Amino acid sequence: MTAARYTRVAIGLHWAIAAAIFCTFALGLYMADLPPSPTKLKLYAYHKWIGVTIFVLVLARIGWRLAHPAPALPPMPAWQRAATRASHALLYLLTLAVPVAGWLFSSASGFQTVYLGVLPIPDLVGRDKAAADMFKAAHWYLNLTMVCVVVLHAGAALKHHFVDRDDVLARMIPLLKPRSPGK
Amino acid sequence: MTFRLMLAAVLALASMQAHAEAIDPQRSEIRFVSRQMGVPIDGNFARLSGSVRFDPGNLDGARAEIQVSLGSIDAGSDEATAEVKRRPWFNVSGFPSAKFRATGARRIGDNRYEATGELVIKGIRRALTVPFTVKRAEDATVFEGGFTLLRLDFGIGEGVWSDTETVANEVEVRFRLVQPDRA
Repeated sequence: MTAARYTRVAIGLHWAIAAAIFCTFALGLYMADLPPSPTKLKLYAYHKWIGVTIFVLVLARIGWRLAHPAPALPPMPAWQRAATRASHALLYLLTLAVPVAGWLFSSASGFQTVYLGVLPIPDLVGRDKAAADMFKAAHWYLNLTMVCVVVLHAGAALKHHFVDRDDVLARMIPLLKPRSPGK
Repeated sequence: MTFRLMLAAVLALASMQAHAEAIDPQRSEIRFVSRQMGVPIDGNFARLSGSVRFDPGNLDGARAEIQVSLGSIDAGSDEATAEVKRRPWFNVSGFPSAKFRATGARRIGDNRYEATGELVIKGIRRALTVPFTVKRAEDATVFEGGFTLLRLDFGIGEGVWSDTETVANEVEVRFRLVQPDRA
């Protein structure tokens, strides 16, 4: 019933979202302390556009996942299965919450988000300094939490591949040959 | 202050009073919408003053003199407000105020007029034609109108900031001048 590997779509979405998060995370760290300049305004816009893109891709991914169950995990202790479920759920949640917090931070700071410079996304909150500070902190700490979970997620995948030598990582990387074909 | 100077000041004030009625700075407003990376951003100037003389029967004799305190700007966010007071933008310390002086008006429609005059910002003078309407409030005459200001005409945003892809050249300005009836 369940395939040994995630579907092509799921794999494509996973890596596209991962790459986008990596880029916009680095961009966010870099741009925040720049002095005012046209470059800074551009980078902020790109950062927000990537964030909106990630949000939409994550929604698409969740929808896809609901219709296409994840492939079965190889045998492993129950606590590891529980940890897998929890960390995956947390990743879905954080990859939605981080852009939402960023969007609210932007609105509260007085900047509407206009996707690609053409599609205005309505402001849920108006300009408000106290709210902006709160959403800024939320954006930052949600990001820090996400970094921790991503490190755990990638670390676990590598541990399964190189230490347990099972097919967990191969489920998400088409180039890796499954070690126990057919399961 | 010498007596002669005081006399001159009193006479000047008296002659102004004879020609035009002061607008109420508290009830009058100037708002604008700038655009950066496609994002419309509302702003306003909190402090303005001046006088208007307007008689629909004597449009050639229409006069207005409006002063806007540029330091009272709110550019839509704390960062932008701090930035636009600096040298490349309004250079508020060098040019504290903007002036509009109208020297005539003409009818362009049903209760629609056009004031012709001169706008001075940062020492740069440009002819300006401003459409407006005249309304009666309970205790005042209200002049409302707007125009598109091309910021680069006045050197607002010089150097790297003259890039209009990040910050649009066009700024939509709306004003509402409330002239209380003489007590």
